[in-house]
Amino acid sequence: MTLVLELDEVQQVYGTGEAAVHALRGIDLAVEAGDYVAIMGPSGSGKSTLMNLLGCLDIASHGTYSLAGHDVSALTENELAKVRNTEIGFIFQSFNLIARMSALANVELPLIYGGVRRGERRERALEALESVGLAARAGHEPQELSGGQQQRVAIARALVTNPTLILADEPTGNLDNESTDDILGLFDSLAAQGKTIVIITHEDHVAERAHRVITISDGLIVDDRLNDHAPKAAISRATTSKAVRA
Amino acid sequence: MSVFEILISAFRGVTANKLRSILTLLGDMIGVASVILLLAVGNGSAQEVKNAISGLGANTITVRASGMGGGGGQDATTTASTDKVITTAVADQLAAADLGHVSSVTPQVSTSLTVSSTEASSDSVSIIGTTSNYFDVGTTGVGTGEAFTDAEVTTSAKVAVIGQTLATTLFPTGSALGESISVDGTPFTVVGVLENQSSTGATDANSVVIAPITRIQKSFTGFGAVSTLSVEATDSDSVDAAEGELEIMLNQLLGQTEDDESYSMSNQSSLLETQESSADSFTVLLGVVAAISLLVGGIGVTNVMLVSVTERTKEIGIRKALGATRGAILGQFLAEAATLTLLGGLLGVVAALIGANYEIYGTQPVVLDYSIPLALGVSVAIGVFFGVYPAARAAAMRPIQALRAV
Repeated sequence: MTLVLELDEVQQVYGTGEAAVHALRGIDLAVEAGDYVAIMGPSGSGKSTLMNLLGCLDIASHGTYSLAGHDVSALTENELAKVRNTEIGFIFQSFNLIARMSALANVELPLIYGGVRRGERRERALEALESVGLAARAGHEPQELSGGQQQRVAIARALVTNPTLILADEPTGNLDNESTDDILGLFDSLAAQGKTIVIITHEDHVAERAHRVITISDGLIVDDRLNDHAPKAAISRATTSKAVRA
Repeated sequence: MSVFEILISAFRGVTANKLRSILTLLGDMIGVASVILLLAVGNGSAQEVKNAISGLGANTITVRASGMGGGGGQDATTTASTDKVITTAVADQLAAADLGHVSSVTPQVSTSLTVSSTEASSDSVSIIGTTSNYFDVGTTGVGTGEAFTDAEVTTSAKVAVIGQTLATTLFPTGSALGESISVDGTPFTVVGVLENQSSTGATDANSVVIAPITRIQKSFTGFGAVSTLSVEATDSDSVDAAEGELEIMLNQLLGQTEDDESYSMSNQSSLLETQESSADSFTVLLGVVAAISLLVGGIGVTNVMLVSVTERTKEIGIRKALGATRGAILGQFLAEAATLTLLGGLLGVVAALIGANYEIYGTQPVVLDYSIPLALGVSVAIGVFFGVYPAARAAAMRPIQALRAV
């Protein structure tokens, strides 16, 4: 299997000298295509820092990071923007939809920055909304949608560019139990379709759904295990779910 | 991201916070409207001045005997040697010379005397002796009755055309036409009453007696120098040429050179130039005041854009996470500033065009064609110029910091 991302001795240091904070102190990590990985850890463990690096929102102070075979540690600001646009689909804890823009317009946004033409863009955005079961809500603005629905729109936005990596940062942190199940079901089905997903969480029941669980603590990976019992049940449930269409 | 996309998203940004956008638009609108309108007022008043002056007779050249020697006074007859004096004979010769740019020559003599009727009398009335041309030159028209004729000038007839004020003073109860007045004891028959004249100085232009020059010379001033010659040029563009011809001809007739001229010439076009230049500086002054209000409007745009950038830090973070480049963010905010100012500017143009239909402090504004694109262009340029700083700040934000914003 090809590697989607590969981190080699990645360190992240904020500040200098006495005041330097070592957020990451040497991370080696490889994620294969189609993998569904959960990264766990208590707050302050460095998982947010790791998420920023994986998402190309920040650059590591030491070490190399390859995404889809390209070294992204030394890219310029605009090159990083392009990588974020084409290779990564972000899903945030607080949804991060843009207010006063319809669900459809929100989903179209990455395609606008990717230079996709209007007609095709609309088509693809509608398709993505349909795949998360929200085609009927395309014209609604975020504030008219429930939390679960907003997160679905965000997932559609992450999927619309058909990225190499789907990166989710505490995607269920702001949701009630029912919506959490809903969203996790959606992730299961995406995994079943062969999407590469990295989900950052501190909740065990979220991590349980992933194929592989990595625990970091104090800027180092302390545990990396395969999850045997989660996938099958998740996949069967997801494929029967009416809300999710492949 | 195409230009169209940028404009769409800019429009969305502008409409996102309607009240604030409207207030900003208002500032910009007032700026643009005041530039156009104040320039229109300046232009309108300049045109009024121009019209007023051309009403005075822009074609008319006035030749006056200038004081010679040490006296420097107005009474040229006593100081100038007799052979260098402009007399009616000289005037006739000038007229007969048929100069190319001169259409008529009208000599005038003037004095000031007491005029009375059977009912009333008036002191220090200006008495003008002239030819019948006088009523065709300039703006002195006969209102009721008729002007005296060439024949009456030839025969030194005792007829007069009088001003309106004098007519009402002397004949408070009825029409002055056909009545007899006494000018310093000499009886004249009133054949006409002038139209109402606009007074230019301390003297009342409506208190005047105009009679044949031959009669006035015979009865009062004598046959010496005339006080002025009113020379009509063929059209207002020929005034300078006519002056040149006059000078040569007069010097020849009077036997003098350029250096010892016993007269001076003036015309309304020099007055026109002075008035126009003062009207122009008035327009410039108004324009500057208006430009300042446009500038203030531009600062308002900056302020709103700065607030907007601060408020939408998170949105900028999201957009950057989704792949927006620095240029895309810069473009978005610049386009928003430009859209705001363009909308405000267009509203300002509409407001100015409506406002220009009304008189402002007695001046009918005349919109200058160039002021509309100028004000609109400057408005958008100011919006973009003042939008650069907030937009650059937005574009330079690091995505993780921007995303952390609440």
